[in-house]
Amino acid sequence: MDSSYASFTAEMKETSTILVPSMLPIHFRLFTPIFAKNGYKVEVLNNMQDSVKEEGLSHVHNDTCYPALLVIGQFIDALKSGKYDLDHVALVITQTAGGCRASNYLPLLRKALAMEGWQHIPCLSVNFSGLEKDSAFKFTPALIMEVLYAVLYGDALMWLENQVKPYEKIKGQTDQVIDDILNDLVDYFNNNQYRKSKQIYKYIIQRFKNIPRYDEKKIRIGIVGEIYMKYSPLGNQNLVDYLINEGFEPVLSGVMDFGLYCIENNLIDHEYYNRNTISHPLFSMAKSIIMHMQKQFIDAIDKDGTFIAPDDFSEVIENGKGFIDKGVKMGEGWLLTSEVVSLIKSGVSNVISAQPFGCLPNHIVAKGMVRRIKEKYPQANIVAIDYDPSASKVNQENRIRLMLANAKLAEQMKEG
Amino acid sequence: MTYKIGFDIGSTTIKAVVLDENQQICYKSYERHKAQVRQKALEKIKELERYTKEPFQFAISGSGALGLCDDGKLPFVQEVFASATAIRKYYPDTDCAIELGGEDAKILFFKGSIEQRMNSTCAGGTGAFIDQMASLLDIDLETMNEVSLKHDKIYPIASRCGVFAKTDVQPLINQGVSKSNLSASIFQAVVDQTITSLAQGRNIEGNVLFLGGPLYFLSGLRDRFQETLKLADDQITCPDTAINFVALGTALCADKIFTRDELVSILEDLLNAPANTESTKPLFEDEEDYEIFKTRHHQSDAKYSDLSSYTGKAYLGVDSGSTTTKLVLLNENHEILYESYTSNKGDPLAVVRADLMKIYETNPNIRIYGSYATGYGEELMRHAFHLDGGIVETIAHYTAACLFNPEVDYILDIGGQDIKCFKIRDGRIDDIVLNEACSSGCGSFIETFAKSLGYDVETFAQLGLKSKNPVELGTRCTVFMNSGVKQAQKNGATIEDISAGLCKSVVKNALYKVIRAKNKKDIGEHIVVQGGTFQNDAVLRSFEQELGLEVIRPSIAHLMGAFGAALYAQKLHRTRSSILNYEELKNFTHKSVSTTCQGCTNHCALTINTFSDGSRLVAGNKCEKMIIHDQKEKLEIPDLFKEKDTMMQKVQKNVSHDKKIGMPLVLNNYDLLPFWTNFFDSLGFEVVWSTPSTLDMYHDGQHTIPSDTACFPAKLVHGHIKQLVDRKLPLIFYPCMTYNLDENQSDNHYNCPLVAYYPEVISANMELNDTKFLYPFLSFDNEKNFVEKITKAFESVDIHFNKNDVKIAFRTAMNKYRDFHEELVQKHVDAIKFARKHNLQIAVLCGRPYHLDPLVNHQINQLLTTLGFVVVSEESVPRQPTHKVNVLNQWTYHARLYQAAHYVCENPDMNLIQLVSFGCGIDAITTDEVKSILKEGNKFYTQIKIDEIDNQGAVKIRLRSLQSALAQNKGGQHG
Repeated sequence: MDSSYASFTAEMKETSTILVPSMLPIHFRLFTPIFAKNGYKVEVLNNMQDSVKEEGLSHVHNDTCYPALLVIGQFIDALKSGKYDLDHVALVITQTAGGCRASNYLPLLRKALAMEGWQHIPCLSVNFSGLEKDSAFKFTPALIMEVLYAVLYGDALMWLENQVKPYEKIKGQTDQVIDDILNDLVDYFNNNQYRKSKQIYKYIIQRFKNIPRYDEKKIRIGIVGEIYMKYSPLGNQNLVDYLINEGFEPVLSGVMDFGLYCIENNLIDHEYYNRNTISHPLFSMAKSIIMHMQKQFIDAIDKDGTFIAPDDFSEVIENGKGFIDKGVKMGEGWLLTSEVVSLIKSGVSNVISAQPFGCLPNHIVAKGMVRRIKEKYPQANIVAIDYDPSASKVNQENRIRLMLANAKLAEQMKEG
Repeated sequence: MTYKIGFDIGSTTIKAVVLDENQQICYKSYERHKAQVRQKALEKIKELERYTKEPFQFAISGSGALGLCDDGKLPFVQEVFASATAIRKYYPDTDCAIELGGEDAKILFFKGSIEQRMNSTCAGGTGAFIDQMASLLDIDLETMNEVSLKHDKIYPIASRCGVFAKTDVQPLINQGVSKSNLSASIFQAVVDQTITSLAQGRNIEGNVLFLGGPLYFLSGLRDRFQETLKLADDQITCPDTAINFVALGTALCADKIFTRDELVSILEDLLNAPANTESTKPLFEDEEDYEIFKTRHHQSDAKYSDLSSYTGKAYLGVDSGSTTTKLVLLNENHEILYESYTSNKGDPLAVVRADLMKIYETNPNIRIYGSYATGYGEELMRHAFHLDGGIVETIAHYTAACLFNPEVDYILDIGGQDIKCFKIRDGRIDDIVLNEACSSGCGSFIETFAKSLGYDVETFAQLGLKSKNPVELGTRCTVFMNSGVKQAQKNGATIEDISAGLCKSVVKNALYKVIRAKNKKDIGEHIVVQGGTFQNDAVLRSFEQELGLEVIRPSIAHLMGAFGAALYAQKLHRTRSSILNYEELKNFTHKSVSTTCQGCTNHCALTINTFSDGSRLVAGNKCEKMIIHDQKEKLEIPDLFKEKDTMMQKVQKNVSHDKKIGMPLVLNNYDLLPFWTNFFDSLGFEVVWSTPSTLDMYHDGQHTIPSDTACFPAKLVHGHIKQLVDRKLPLIFYPCMTYNLDENQSDNHYNCPLVAYYPEVISANMELNDTKFLYPFLSFDNEKNFVEKITKAFESVDIHFNKNDVKIAFRTAMNKYRDFHEELVQKHVDAIKFARKHNLQIAVLCGRPYHLDPLVNHQINQLLTTLGFVVVSEESVPRQPTHKVNVLNQWTYHARLYQAAHYVCENPDMNLIQLVSFGCGIDAITTDEVKSILKEGNKFYTQIKIDEIDNQGAVKIRLRSLQSALAQNKGGQHG
């Protein structure tokens, strides 16, 4: 196979549309305008039909993890749709460079493209580990800042959405409010006002507060898991909507926590193995900046008093201690276990762990840690759901239903 | 109180329970629904009129009922939840309940923290699995149960999923193992499966309740559970309501009030509602379409000739397959004189004997000039009937296909439970793909499925042809298809649509899962399809539709192996065949005895077949040890697997101290043994390594495995730790290692997540009694850091090392580790010299260091040496210049694979065989890359998937096919 790849040239910045696979329905909607502002034409894919899965199956080794199959399938499906000029399109994919096979999505994508004779389509890698350096796609400090804020605002919206949507009196109103806020946020970004986070958070909370809601209390169900499966409706078959329809309140921690987890791992590598001696202060700084930014949202919620605030990340780290060593850093690593413990500690004893079938780190950090967590917290009701291209929805739903039935029973026993 | 009705609609049955005003059971039923879920539910409600008073409370449970409840807004109770409710009410002393259903397995724990577990999407069916096995043995469940009680030996059968088990059972049947022993072994497999996949670290003890059809009807199965779990008689209960238990619980949970009319009208509406399953294109637009199709395929009909009057030379081919035996007798013009296709019914020898008798009786003067056997039972057939020879299935099929289309470039054969396909390039078999154990069960799956729905396979297939909206089912293994069908049933799909959907699935499974076709060009232009499954027009049509190509299906698609063997006999054999004559056949008897070989530590379960002429055939042996002893002077072929094992033993033997540290001989420790042994030796400690894995050892630790889909080498760790704990070692040391040794051949040097962090799993899931478990996070990258971290770790268990001693120990150990590797490389070089001196092919058997474990590699290395290959391993390959690869190359062990692949490409007499553990996620990446490196180097790629199942039969076919492909290639080069 030809081992030279098409790279993203400066000229392409002008002419090419950069396609982004879907994952976070709210967050990613901010990306198009932010990148446009920085001179890139970015489009987030929204093709979710079955052909995505089928393209994935026929272009990726079927034993590869499900997210790779979906992401690559979504690209191929989009490229085949005729909507894009194949000579003026580029694809973007993330790489964490960890010891999990997820970092191989990029080479797998290139193989899939080669299969169709599309080697000329450049694939961009988003990573912070120095992989694939030869690209005109540059994260300038300004762009990094904007993306950071977009992710934080996305996290805030998602966090509040889950506390409001299950209780909304007028169906669809929460979605409408999110649309409005996103539009406003785009203005903030375009006017370079986006750093006024205190003010923005206050505004966001107010908007959600104004949505008329029923006063009942619903059982809260935590969702943890492999990052793509956790957030992507394409991956987890609209798990959040399903839970809301069944009368529950989903709880999903923000994706920035995963970012912090990646940063933390670099610090841990230093602490454990004396690696990253040079970059270590930088990571340390990044960590404290981001945590400070997250803190503003937590403070805003606490000050307002209507909603429950997310856990501070330092608490999440602390919660994992005694359950899993923070040296376990592949995939979602110690973060997943810590998140489960954090959920339980904050009263969310019912947790769904969404994972791709055969996900290696999850043997350790999800299924492997359940026993230990249950020893400490017998009330924990944890179910691991495997997603893969053929596991039928019935099976997954049935397992979730059992978990939900137990959640209800536990609630009744508490009350009765 | 009102009456309460509970329904439980499962994958195959519908159960109903009615509770009267006093909450007493006044009605219960258990019936098969034959996929007519809605119809059956409606009938039942009508039937219950006599037993109920209106209004009543009503609810439904079961996986087959979800759609019904969603569409009709009927109250649904999750089935495990229903069981739990009933257990709490009627059997409050229960500590644990085991419930097996058609396809579900559940365990409910009541003692301590209450827990309910269901089989995950991966673990195969249970009731359906037993059904499948019963039909494989050709006995009904009742008989199966009865004979199982008389067993005297249990054979190991894969306990993870039904499909695997089947691969295990088949060779046992072929070896002539008794049905008593088979039945009991099958039950044992169900027990093991339930325990591994569901107990997950919890002990099943106290009062145990058995629920569900299989456990209720099969006392033999209950016995296996009781014995395995070591339960006393008074600890187990199997109530009269065991089969309706979920329905009972559902009735208890029912709280929504209905009148009969209300319910009847909802169900009638549902019955008439249009199906909303995902559906695909129909197989045929209309009758005419089907006629055109049939006419086209008639062009590939075989020719026949009369047997009774034939006077020329005749050639016999026998294809002894896994479920069926095929036999063909040809005349000199390739016309068929006699053919047969018979289900083995567990006794393939009787089948062939009857056929041969018939041939002799029809034409007593028949002159057979050649007789060849092929297939799983090739050896048995050859010995039993004194045939002239045997050929590998792949060659037999190619020979046959050539007769129908000399240009054939692709052959796809879907048989009872194997998919075989191979590409032909320049008249040579180029690329062989056999289904891994995980996607087998293709043809026989349709058959079993048809039966479970109450149809024979022909009728079922015919129905598929008429389907208007074939349902879309999965493309994975059959277990998933079961779930897919469940989903379709739920949505009210018709039998026609299910039949067509299944056929499409089988085809897609073959194309995307086994062949992994990316596009049409990948396959070929002149495709010949064969095997019994393609006799089914619906499967054939699905295949053509999926590929968008017209293919050739010879009318004897199901006989091609035998046909090819006969053609081969004609080609190779010139004199009268040595096959048994009529008299000899008449007196033919056969006896099989099973025994255990004591030749070495493998202790293979042997089946010794003795024939009427006194000759014997031994099956089940992994090595030739017990056969070879009567041969004179045999070349000892170098085998690096064996050599490394010896070297490792030597390292261990050299160390002895009073102070001991236990370490499990698993995963990366197969690589690091020389390091750790010497490291601790230098510090005055002896490392006590666990012994090489055995099945018993695996079973000992099995119940503590939290994730049953992890790879087998990882799951084995539990048994090793258990052994060390039982040996009462004060301390077990097993470090977590994110980073492996850096061999500078890759971009990074990670371990895979399981190798890196399995100690965490052990620590969280195993009872270690008084043994301390030390699992610090260590890396070899930085000496100072290593010394500091390990010293600190040992302080926590009150062992104090001097840092300087540790530093010296580290350096010594690292040197010894390197010496060990150099020695291995030297042995490799010697082995290559040997091979070249004796003109032998070299197999580079690649995988991971831990594939050295005899329980993991199933002695494939020995199989290779018996076939005449010199065996070397990827870790022994001399250091190569770094090559660029097309994947992110960041794992040390995996980088070795790429290096080995490049190395093989440079050496004409070497071939790469890659061992892949089932469930190894990273190998999904390495296999493709290794394959593409080899392809560029014009080399064969042979991949063998392994797990706890010992499937030497299939492996043998692959390796023999490789061998004959290599021989062909060689012939080509010289000719």
